[in-house]
Amino acid sequence: MKSVAIIGGGVAGLEAAGKLSKQGFAVTIIERDEHLGGRLNQWHALFPDRKSSTELLSGLIKEISSGVNLITNARILEVERNDDGFAIKINNNRMVTAGSVLLTTGFDIFEAEKKEEYGYGIYENVITSVDLEKMFNSGKPLVNAQGKTPARIGFIHCVGSRDEKAGNPHCSKVCCVTAVKQAIEVKELLPSSEVILFYMDLRMFGRHFEELYKDAQFRHGVQFMRARLSEAFENPDGSVQIRIEDTLLSKPLKMSLDLLVLMVGVQPQKKQGNLVDMLKLERDADGFIKIADTYSPYKTKIPGLFCAGGITGPKTIEETLAEARAVTVEIGGYLRNIENFAGQEQYVMEL
Amino acid sequence: MKLEGKRKLWQEYQKEIATDNFFYVRSCVRQNFFPAAEQIFLRFMRETLGKTVHENPGHTTCTGIGYHCDVVPFNTTMTVVARQFSLMSDAGCENLAVSCITSFGLYTEILETWHHFPEIEEKTREYLYKATGREFKIPKNLAHASDIVYKLRNEIAARAPFKLINRITGKPLKVVEHIGCHYSKMFPHKGIGGAEYPYVLAGLVDALGGEIVDYPERRHCCGFGFRQYVVRANRGYSLSCSKKKFDSMEPYKPDLIITNCPGCPYFLDRWQYVVSEMEGRTYGDNGHGIPVFTYEELAALVLGYDPWEIGLQTHQVSFEPLLVKMGIPFDPEKKYLGKNREYIGRPAKPNFMKIDMDGIKSSKIQYQAI
Repeated sequence: MKSVAIIGGGVAGLEAAGKLSKQGFAVTIIERDEHLGGRLNQWHALFPDRKSSTELLSGLIKEISSGVNLITNARILEVERNDDGFAIKINNNRMVTAGSVLLTTGFDIFEAEKKEEYGYGIYENVITSVDLEKMFNSGKPLVNAQGKTPARIGFIHCVGSRDEKAGNPHCSKVCCVTAVKQAIEVKELLPSSEVILFYMDLRMFGRHFEELYKDAQFRHGVQFMRARLSEAFENPDGSVQIRIEDTLLSKPLKMSLDLLVLMVGVQPQKKQGNLVDMLKLERDADGFIKIADTYSPYKTKIPGLFCAGGITGPKTIEETLAEARAVTVEIGGYLRNIENFAGQEQYVMEL
Repeated sequence: MKLEGKRKLWQEYQKEIATDNFFYVRSCVRQNFFPAAEQIFLRFMRETLGKTVHENPGHTTCTGIGYHCDVVPFNTTMTVVARQFSLMSDAGCENLAVSCITSFGLYTEILETWHHFPEIEEKTREYLYKATGREFKIPKNLAHASDIVYKLRNEIAARAPFKLINRITGKPLKVVEHIGCHYSKMFPHKGIGGAEYPYVLAGLVDALGGEIVDYPERRHCCGFGFRQYVVRANRGYSLSCSKKKFDSMEPYKPDLIITNCPGCPYFLDRWQYVVSEMEGRTYGDNGHGIPVFTYEELAALVLGYDPWEIGLQTHQVSFEPLLVKMGIPFDPEKKYLGKNREYIGRPAKPNFMKIDMDGIKSSKIQYQAI
């Protein structure tokens, strides 16, 4: 049986594993964490249809429930490309060999502390979009650090995205619509609250995104203000004072919020560093993995090594799933074309 | 407020600060605003802490204010600064201690410029040699004098008979700290604690037992802002900047303000008087203002120097209520005695702001031991 090793058990890795396994390939998922699912574990509901992330994850895991070999808590120590394919040395004296490797190690979330002037980690009522999802997931009433039901909540777009000073000139693509989704969720929980989104541009590029944006305005009364945040401070009562510029009126503005949500962006994963070095992969100017060709976004310059998902740039889950399915065709084609390939047999062995 | 978040950030903004053998360069404006501040710094550095600090009367302006007001070209500024470095070399020193924040920012800017454009450094060497026949070495260590006080803060605290504790209530004094713009806003990594949550003064306050007040307009300009004051037509803007800060800090009831720039203490001090005259409004205890210190004045005060030797009588806002709170002995009668104990005259009383011993009955104060 020809074999594939998938490094990373998030959305892309799970979807590709299920599809490759059904095509008859021997698949091993190598996951760094204890649990599968990656970023899905941090999320409550997904845009644009508000599908439960737990439900999506359960579906993906169900697809790999038979015939896929799982290695969790894995630390990759060495990867070798040889005539037989790939040999991956993992902690606890384990070795995986495979004819092809798919990298689906994902992305990092921008560390909001780096925008020092926004006060994340210092002012108690400054949180990130990831923190807000955790709050939604907890099922508890939505309150601020003082235990008070927030009357006015602000969302700041593009925190660590399209920001050269933060080292991320790229657009993170998913935060605009996430903010709209989260604003609606807040309004549903707290209908009398005032929810304001401070945006640079609204990039509602996907199908149903524009409808969601209009729904937020017309049905839920979410307010949108084209503005940039200059700095945030804490008031004596713990609320957050923000200083912004309304970029349509070209006027500075100051207001107090009970909760400030920073829409943190997507950036290249730091932990990939060793793996990238081991495989001698190149990074693009934006730090994401360089692909061989814009029109074949899964191929790397190394034969048999493929990428999918957030490792090659910000993507929606819809795009990630589509890419994961597409890459299985590429991998299948690659493996079928190499006859008498010693690496077609997969071994997972104790050393 | 999560203090651990600030502590984490402070760790990222640390720098090397020399501990001895300094060449001290003074500030033009401070010697006029608060003339004793630099002198008391030299005294406690030499007398109390036993440090060696050199000076040279041939030292001149760094041209900073002229440079930032666009009246002195950068090449001239660099040549003047190169001459200061040359004076430092003459004294056999490698550690430059800078009194003024604008000078510190300017020296940092020039060293960064030379680092990135060595040809400009070469050109400056040529200009200096042609103009004066002098040569210079780049300082091994460049520090603002408040950096040095920060570095020595634990030594100062250990020798200090007084702390930033209210000895009547036993509670820490609430302190507003204000950093000069040119300290770290241009080069955050050259300032202790960075630009957004600077620690250079907060660290001194921590060491002395005080409590820092972080108020909404903490980062707002003190009111100097060069052109806000230097251009006469803009002075209303200068005043409104300071007032915005006073209004924002007022709910926290600060006991004192500490600064590290020549301009900040001047404007935060003088404008309190102006606000009181214009609006009848004061921000301190019982009709007094909030006393405004420079870092050296505060260090000297806790080290036990006489408040009038430090020059606290040259401030618009009176320090007497604070001296009482800190349990510092002082003689109100000697406040207006100048050199050789000659009476220098008492300023006219403001219409609204209380000054001197107004409202203070010192004989009834019960102090707590610290």
